[in-house]
Parts: sequence; structure tokens; C-alpha cells
Amino acid sequence: MKIFLAIISRDMLLAVRQGGATFLALIFFLLTVTLFPLGIGPEPAILARVAPGVLWVAALLAAMLSLDRLFQADFEDGSLEQLTLSGLPLSLIVLAKIITHWLTTGLPLLLAAPVLAVLLNMNDEGFEALLLTMLIGTPALSLIGAIGAALTLTVRRGGVLLSLLVLPLYIPVLIFGVSAIDAAVHGLNAKPHLLLLAALTVAAIPLCPWAAAAAVKLSLE
Amino acid sequence: MFQGRDIACERGERRIFTGLNFVITPGQALVLRGPNGCGKTSLLRISATLLTAADGALTWNGSDIAENPEGHRANLHYIGHQDAVKGALTVRENIAMWAKIRATATDHTEAAMAAFDITHLADTPAQYLSAGQHRRTALARLVASPAKLWLLDEPTVSLDQAGTECLQQAIATHQAKNGMVMAATHIELGLDDAEILQLKPQ
Repeated sequence: MKIFLAIISRDMLLAVRQGGATFLALIFFLLTVTLFPLGIGPEPAILARVAPGVLWVAALLAAMLSLDRLFQADFEDGSLEQLTLSGLPLSLIVLAKIITHWLTTGLPLLLAAPVLAVLLNMNDEGFEALLLTMLIGTPALSLIGAIGAALTLTVRRGGVLLSLLVLPLYIPVLIFGVSAIDAAVHGLNAKPHLLLLAALTVAAIPLCPWAAAAAVKLSLE
Repeated sequence: MFQGRDIACERGERRIFTGLNFVITPGQALVLRGPNGCGKTSLLRISATLLTAADGALTWNGSDIAENPEGHRANLHYIGHQDAVKGALTVRENIAMWAKIRATATDHTEAAMAAFDITHLADTPAQYLSAGQHRRTALARLVASPAKLWLLDEPTVSLDQAGTECLQQAIATHQAKNGMVMAATHIELGLDDAEILQLKPQ
């Protein structure tokens, strides 16, 4: 447990030191969402209709944008093999890195989403559902993305391949995330959608670190 | 005691070596010799469990390390071709961070910097270091957190004469404390009583 926390605090320190690059995903999220009112016109009713979808699609892309940094830097300078030798099982090391990814990407997206929802004129009823879906859904983005990041470790400029691998896997998160907000906006019960989204995340917690660890081990050989 | 029996290594369907045997007892050093491509790095990586041997078994005090690879990893330090030094962190932070990740009971960071004569660089971000200073920072990990077995792959690359002497001193202290060393090196490390394992190209 001490080693686990040491890895998280190391990655957080590195993220803070690298400043700008780390929070690129957040800036990307803000920029893409602000493009939509410009692109489809300032009609409040239309914006309110598309708001949940726009927010979630932008969040997916932003989370994906930061994935290639998850293992790549540590792989290139030899830190990843040193981490492997820390005496902690590799899947836990991977989980520690996923948690840092969520803290530096998922959490800022979650905090920025309500502000952008106002910009998109989303109904008041949707805010609670928006926050809940982001809270439940963004960890799944980091977890699933870790598999893609680990698989593309040895590929030069694997960014495009990474998005081809990961985006299809993000579709269920997108569907249940958006449908929960839509249900809340239309005064329906959002709970079933939230529960399905939670099921996705809960299933991903044991499976994804295990699969990503296997991929990391292969790339180190 | 660290022992390898009948170790074979395969890389990309090509046999690198077969039937390799070695024993390292506490306080002893084993030096790997041989031409490029004969498998020195592969043997060190197999010993560090970073690579899976095609055949054979490694044992630690008689028990197979495949049964408890995490326990074996906690017993060793591996210095490879890459330094695992982060440019965004200072020298002290780099060394202390790895000591923390190795869950060391007492922090030997200051002693480690003194051993490799980089104390004056303690607060310099590692991105401004020269190649030799970079290497010294990586080697300081060896002293910062104790481990019984040191696996060193060409540890003197980019070190100057004084740096090499620091490393020799560190190895001598490690051996005096019953530590084990397995090193691939082309220059003399002053390991007088070291066993030599000659690897031959297949």
C-alpha cells in the first residue's frame, strides 16, 4: 500500500511539474465544447437538445487525447521497468497510474462540465445527472483507455492506432452517459441508465488493470 | 544465494544461449563477459524477471523465483541502459522518489548522493545534467535503498574516471555487507575476487 501511494504521489508530482501538458485535455475539452455554439448557431433550444451529447463526446475525445502519456514517457526513459521491479504486482502499478490519469484528466473534466453545460443552455434538471454520469463514467474512460495505451506502447506514433482501439470501447460509456442525462432532462427516471454505467465502471476496475498489465509486460520483453 | 540452472534464452525465435549455469553467493560478484549480442543484457533481464527464460530455473536461497516474482524483485536493483531519471525533478527528488517506491525503511538519499559525489547538484533539475551526472543519479538508487542483489548492465557507460571509482567503492561496500553483484562490463571494476562467466555467441 505504501508503494502504491508512493507511485501515485510521484505521478502527481510529475504531472504538476509538467504543468501545461498535463492539463491540455481540459483545455481541449473547453475549446471543443465552445466550438459547438459557433458551429450550429446560438439557438438556445437546439443547444439544450444537443448539450448532453456534445459534453460527453468532447469528454471522450479529451480523455483519449491524454492517454498516450499514460505509460509512454515512463516506457521511454526506463522508469516503467524500474516501477515493475518495485515489488508490487504489475496490475496494481497500472491501477496507480490509471488513478493518476483520472485525477489529472477525469476530475478536471468533471469540474468543468457544469460550467460548459450552462454555456450550452442545458436544462436545470440535467445538472445532477450530468455530474453523476461524469463521476461514474470518467473512471471507466481512464480504465479502458489504459488497455489501449499499453497495447500501443511499442508503436511509434501510436496515437492514431490508440484512438482506433479505444474509441469503439468507449461507445457503451457514451450511450449510457448521454441517455441518463437525457432521461433526467425529460423528467424521466435516470437511475437505470446510471446503474448500467456504474456496472461498466465496476466491471472495468478489476479487468482493465489486469489486461493492461499483461500488455505492458509484453512491451517490456 | 542466487542460482541459475540450465538457463536458455530466445529472442525473436533465435537462440541466444542455452544451458547456462551460475551461482552467486553472498558477498560475491559475477562478471559477464562476451562479444556484443551474446546475451549479457538478456541474462541480466532474465535475472530481474523482466524477461522470461525459454528454459531453466532461477532460485533464490533454494526456492524458485517463479513462485514469488514480486518477492524476488524487492530483493534486487537493476541498472539497465536507460537511467529512469526524470528531467522535471531535481537530483534529490529523483533519488528519494525511487527510495520511496522501494519502500525503504530509512531514507539513504543523502548518503547515496555523497557516494556518487553529486551532493552539489542535489537541487538541480535533472534535465540540466550532463550524461555522466545523469548516470551517477541513476546509480545512486543502488545506495539509496538497500537490496541484496545488484544487476548492473554496463554501469560505467558515460562515467568519467572519478565516477567509475565511486561505483567501485559502492560495489566494495555492498559486497562487504554480503551483497551480491552480477555485472556486464567491459572495463575492470576492481572486482578482484569476481567470478567470470564467459558467454559465447551461438
